[in-house]
Amino acid sequence: MKKDIIRILRENARLSDKAIAARLGKKEKLVSDTIKSLEKDGTIKGYQAIIDESVLPELAVKAIIQVKVRPEREGGFDKIAKRLCKFPEVSSLSLMSGGYDLGLEVDGKTLQEVATFVSSKLAPIDGIISTETHFLLKKYKVSGKTMENDETFERLKVSP
Amino acid sequence: MNMKNRIAQHIAVLPKSGIRDFFELVNTMGNDVISLGIGEPDFVTPWHIRESAIFAMEKGHTSYTSNLGLLSMRKEVCKYVEKNYKVRYNPVNECIITVGVSEALDLIFRAITTPGDEIIYHEPCYVSYSPEIKMAHGVPVAVVTKEKNKFALDPKDFEKAVTPKTKAILLNFPCNPTGASLTPEDVREIARIAIKHDLIVITDEIYSELTYDAKHVSIASMPGMKQRTIFLHGFSKAYAMTGFRMGYACGPADLIDAMMKIHQYSMLCASILAQEAAIEALRNGRPEMERMKTEYCRRRNMIVKRLNQIGLKCVMPKGAFYVFPNISSSGLSSKEFATRLLQEEKVAVVPGTAFGECGEGYVRCAYATSFEDIEEAMRRIEKFMKKIK
Ligand SMILES: Cc1ncc(COP(=O)(O)O)c(C=O)c1O
Repeated sequence: MKKDIIRILRENARLSDKAIAARLGKKEKLVSDTIKSLEKDGTIKGYQAIIDESVLPELAVKAIIQVKVRPEREGGFDKIAKRLCKFPEVSSLSLMSGGYDLGLEVDGKTLQEVATFVSSKLAPIDGIISTETHFLLKKYKVSGKTMENDETFERLKVSP
Repeated sequence: MNMKNRIAQHIAVLPKSGIRDFFELVNTMGNDVISLGIGEPDFVTPWHIRESAIFAMEKGHTSYTSNLGLLSMRKEVCKYVEKNYKVRYNPVNECIITVGVSEALDLIFRAITTPGDEIIYHEPCYVSYSPEIKMAHGVPVAVVTKEKNKFALDPKDFEKAVTPKTKAILLNFPCNPTGASLTPEDVREIARIAIKHDLIVITDEIYSELTYDAKHVSIASMPGMKQRTIFLHGFSKAYAMTGFRMGYACGPADLIDAMMKIHQYSMLCASILAQEAAIEALRNGRPEMERMKTEYCRRRNMIVKRLNQIGLKCVMPKGAFYVFPNISSSGLSSKEFATRLLQEEKVAVVPGTAFGECGEGYVRCAYATSFEDIEEAMRRIEKFMKKIK
């Protein structure tokens, strides 16, 4: 039931507890208690709308930054990753296999702002060996949703 | 030239499907109609399946196939049928790929019917059965399934309908429009009667994957039944592939051979693009299918609960994506109920009489529509019921 609730919320976080309860055939109270406990134990981190980010000026420019780091004797990559998480400019951060270690997505108002963040905040950090910045030109799909509206197609209104 | 009196007599007397009339009426209404009248999935075909049809085109697989269908597809079909229905067929001569279950039905009726032969089927049922039997010059013999028996076929009623002219019995469980299934005991008993009277069994199991609580049991898997059963199945419902027009029949080689003769001359073969897509569905379609099934099951639970709350008594369907509520508490006939509900509250349901006379007093609601739309439809039906009381 926990997993069913998580799947439903991941698809549409705006569904009310009542609507979720109706889908699962459970009591509303049980659903709201479960959601509260999922929020408390950190399974659910928060709720966000999936938006066309270009409408917000502060998110107008995005870059994927591939970072190579020197792992530390204790804590490996975690210590530096946690430090990078503190920057509000960094909207997502993952440890990667392959040619680089950390993949960052960084938001900004202008190209200049993002470039400055990389050169003056990120690159000088002790332990960062190199950065490679790729500016994002267009997003086609975000969190499973395509950015362009698909044409709708109607079925017959009545069929056998 | 008057063409009316030149139409073949057995075609001229065929009624048009009751669904057709209702379809015309719904189409005159605006766009804010919520339709519970749609007998096909609201999901689009899973992408990996669509993609394999595209890939087939890219590869230039645009030819005819063998009359029976691609051998690679027949092999996958037989593997799938053995795994899920516990019957083993030889892909070389016991399986034919058809243009939907619709064509498979037409083939088997034409293959076995000598004019005057009786074919027993159960009503309320899918709209095509009786006309298809008549088009094959057979005599359809309806056995009524009752609400008090959860619309399952009572083996005793079946046996009562058997005459020396009976050639076959046609079964459709899970059933369109009632959602009914048979218990394994009923299946066994029906099989026993079919053997006793030496009948062919035609089983349309197009909704079998969409069986929610118990496990689906195919009559073809009962001892002694494989040699007298023609098993029909397709991709329209469980794999959301209605537009691909893909179905198949498995059965005794002699029957398949007779069906093949008709198919060879009238259809030649099913579309190769659709066959390639169907192979992908058979190989890798299960996870997506299970996801759709979970969603149907949730809708079923909700719609049954709501209809009963509203005072439209309905049994819990065991499969397919239909509920068949009893509307007698409204005091209206099926047709009046459906027409007034459409005109006054803009909800389309199909009058039960479209599925046979015994459907009077019922309507069919399909839950192959979004959860939210079904909830809204239930609010409107509730309002309608309050108003007419
Ligand atoms: C019971 C039943 N059999 C057969 C069919 C036809 O299916 P197909 O799309 O495979 O021709 C339908 C479609 O509604 C059906 O409900």
